[in-house]
Amino acid sequence: MIVGVLALQGAVREHVISLNRLGIESRVVKREKGLEGLSGLILPGGESTAISLLADDSFLHHLKDLARTGFPMFGTCAGMILLASGIEGRDAGYIGVIDITVSRNASGRQVDSFETILDIEGIGQDVPAVFIRAPYITSHGASVRPMASHDGQWVMARQENILVASFHPELTEDTRVHEYFVGMAKEIGK
Amino acid sequence: MEKKGTYRVKSGLAEMLKGGVIMDVTTAEQAKIAETAGAVAVMALERVPADIRAQGGVARMADPTKVQEIMAAVTIPVMAKVRIGHFVEAQVLQSLGVDYIDESEVLTPADPDYHVNKWGFTIPFICGARNLGEACRRLAEGAAMIRTKGEPGTGNVIEAVRHMRLMNEQIREVIAAPQEELMTMAKDLGAPYEMLLAIREHGRLPVVNFAAGGIATPADAALMMQLGCDGIFVGSGIFKAEDPATRARAIVEATTHFEDAAKIASVSEGLGEAMSGIAIETIPEHEMMQNRGQ
Repeated sequence: MIVGVLALQGAVREHVISLNRLGIESRVVKREKGLEGLSGLILPGGESTAISLLADDSFLHHLKDLARTGFPMFGTCAGMILLASGIEGRDAGYIGVIDITVSRNASGRQVDSFETILDIEGIGQDVPAVFIRAPYITSHGASVRPMASHDGQWVMARQENILVASFHPELTEDTRVHEYFVGMAKEIGK
Repeated sequence: MEKKGTYRVKSGLAEMLKGGVIMDVTTAEQAKIAETAGAVAVMALERVPADIRAQGGVARMADPTKVQEIMAAVTIPVMAKVRIGHFVEAQVLQSLGVDYIDESEVLTPADPDYHVNKWGFTIPFICGARNLGEACRRLAEGAAMIRTKGEPGTGNVIEAVRHMRLMNEQIREVIAAPQEELMTMAKDLGAPYEMLLAIREHGRLPVVNFAAGGIATPADAALMMQLGCDGIFVGSGIFKAEDPATRARAIVEATTHFEDAAKIASVSEGLGEAMSGIAIETIPEHEMMQNRGQ
């Protein structure tokens, strides 16, 4: 299987390294045509405003259509913002394929960025997590399964084929979160 | 339990900026133009390097009011510059809550010998470097991101190219060298031995390295990306150009699609005049910003 990493801007290399550690082949994707033959797509951290401007409308629509066919996607930080159906202070989401509302930079500015460990339902305990000017999930629909919280806020969730996290598992050497996504993609691909 | 200000948290923000463009801005209005054009961060400063060069005088940290106005105007990270060695300006910027501090040769140095001890701060630092020795010294002082210096405010990319090529060459040598040559290499570069070990372990500089100093066109940005930098700083190149908003957007597009010549061609059409630019040979030695803070 090949897992794609959206490479318009952001921490692309780190996701490629994490997938590599699991022995999973990866491909960086900048255009629609790069999506062919993939088993899943990771939307990395970066600046969500910049990434959304770099992805033109037809690319965003294509990603939305793809997600609706059940194609597995995993968004971290800015990637989560792109996948969320609602963004506080904004009229609409970007790709908008997971029924959550997120608050951008909810953890504050860089001076408040932090690392911690999380217990993640379905993944395990003491998973290291790096939060950088992180968004939080402020509300979610009934079909969304929250998987982890920090300080009373949801920071990871899944709705069928869409997985999102506020934090950066790719900045750590722990591969359990990526392993979970790869497992999810394999399951869906069957 | 939360741990703030760890090196992973500091260098992590730089990782998120990769593949992006960071733009110098002097007002909240310019910051909004930069954000709308797709900048991944803005650098708040009093005067852009071209004006500092033209007007002379002592260039210092920006007025806190201005920095706060810029912070309030955008949701992307805000960086700001301090003079080399001016740790109190850095303390002030940290108290304002800026996201990154640039200890920069663009401003007039405050200390003739020493840089800021950056380990003592929660806020991450970026520093300029012309070669691997400078980069390694700044990292050992606690910098979490590097940029090649180039020659700021010139609109002339040659120095940025020179520094990026030299750094790449030196990194290749460090990686390829037999173990027994490494200590002498550290001595010759003026680089801490441990930093060279880190470079060998990572197969590259262990932090993000942007290009800066003289980038004025989309093709300049793509050139630096093809030479292997992680992202682009544009100082005077945007707001000293005829049509800043369009040029800013074009440089962002060229940075993302840096290997796509047709795309670079299409975004380069009809941009209006770039900043006029200065030949490096015409700059007196004592006015070369890159020689500050080695």
